[in-house]
Amino acid sequence: MLTTKNKLRTFLGRFFQNLTIADDQDFFAQGLVNSLFAMQLVVFVEKEFGITVSDEDLDIDNFRTINAITSLIERKVASPTL
Amino acid sequence: MKIELTAQQKQWQAEFRAFVQEVIVPQAEHNDRNEYTPPELIKRIARAGYLGAIIPQEYGGLGLDMITFGLLNEELGRGCSSIRSLLTVHSMVAHTILKWGSKQQKDIWLPRLATGETIGAFGLSEPNVGSDAKSVETSVTYTGDACILQGRKKWITYGQIADLFLIFARQETKVSAFLLERDTPGFSTEAIKGIYGTRASMLAELHLDGCTIPKGQLIGGKGFGLVVATAALDIGRYSVAWGCVGIAQACLEAVLRYTSEREQFGVLLREHQLIQQMVTDMLTNVKAARLLCAQAGYLKDSGDPGTIMETWIAKYFASTSAVKIANDAVQIHGANGCSADYPVQRYLRDAKIMEIIEGSNQIQQITIAQYGYQNQQIPVAVQ
Repeated sequence: MLTTKNKLRTFLGRFFQNLTIADDQDFFAQGLVNSLFAMQLVVFVEKEFGITVSDEDLDIDNFRTINAITSLIERKVASPTL
Repeated sequence: MKIELTAQQKQWQAEFRAFVQEVIVPQAEHNDRNEYTPPELIKRIARAGYLGAIIPQEYGGLGLDMITFGLLNEELGRGCSSIRSLLTVHSMVAHTILKWGSKQQKDIWLPRLATGETIGAFGLSEPNVGSDAKSVETSVTYTGDACILQGRKKWITYGQIADLFLIFARQETKVSAFLLERDTPGFSTEAIKGIYGTRASMLAELHLDGCTIPKGQLIGGKGFGLVVATAALDIGRYSVAWGCVGIAQACLEAVLRYTSEREQFGVLLREHQLIQQMVTDMLTNVKAARLLCAQAGYLKDSGDPGTIMETWIAKYFASTSAVKIANDAVQIHGANGCSADYPVQRYLRDAKIMEIIEGSNQIQQITIAQYGYQNQQIPVAVQ
């Protein structure tokens, strides 16, 4: 899903202007982000990909990397009731 | 682009205004002086359905869109900021359960919050922790199927009477959110008296002395408490921003009336150009603040992530404007404005609180500036 990753890179690029984030780079572990960023990321993912992030999705491992977020989106799109 | 309320939104607005005029305004001064909100008043607000404003109809709420919710906050804020703050914290809890709650949590709490049978309150601030939310000192220990909460919360709006608290607690670096009922063993509240503004908001300090609750009362995933808090504060900030528009509108109305009745130097105050200057600034800033709030609300209804920062901007502008406007309103009223005979002194005290809660001005300035650097095109210097 190149498009998904591109959209995520564009979104993340606003927050990490002088950094290139690799698809497997853990931007939470590196202390690059705060809760305000995390919430904006959640709302962005919901709006952009038409999914609902709910209680059970709130696992940090779903949001650590571009690859992880992409996997979450793919799972949610494939099974909207998840 | 069309900037206009729908017919239904206008209808709601008229209803809210009539309700506030009839029910809230007549007792606002009395409640402020007594630092108390009568239970009958809360029941009256609950019967009108306003405590369930943002709760979907399937749970017994009104299911209002965010613009209409904003209008409700403006009108309540125009009448009494303490009552508006009740709607704020109650809606923050409702929104949190709606967004992050399990099915069971939603089924249990949303119908009760919608009717006002349960009053919700937001428990983040502590004696030693305000803006730096990640450093909350209230601790959580996980043991089997239970969580044990230990600590203090302070400045909790309607903490004296709320039934359900959204509590934030930390284990090492992980902050998590919990739903805590008032009757939990080890839980007690202590009223805070003598506060400067929103005096009827029944502030309390919460004491959590080994409160043991089931793990099912964790909300939003372990370690995601700050995201839960940020989302709740987004709604809180939105509510406060509109409430500030209400304070400012109340000031404007008070000034228009007063300057049309009082004469100095043989003419009405409204004939004096320095008064006109202040009225012009008031009117302009009220309208600007309202438009910023409406913009944030429109983006919320659209699910646009841009709403988060637009809400920060709206709250920053609305709260700073409300203080300036209330300050001018007192100035125009002179000695009368400093007395208990006129409400403008209450508006000024309430407005000042708005520059501190849901993100102090200084946190707002830092955050909004960062947003500016993230989102604006920085022009390349011409050589």
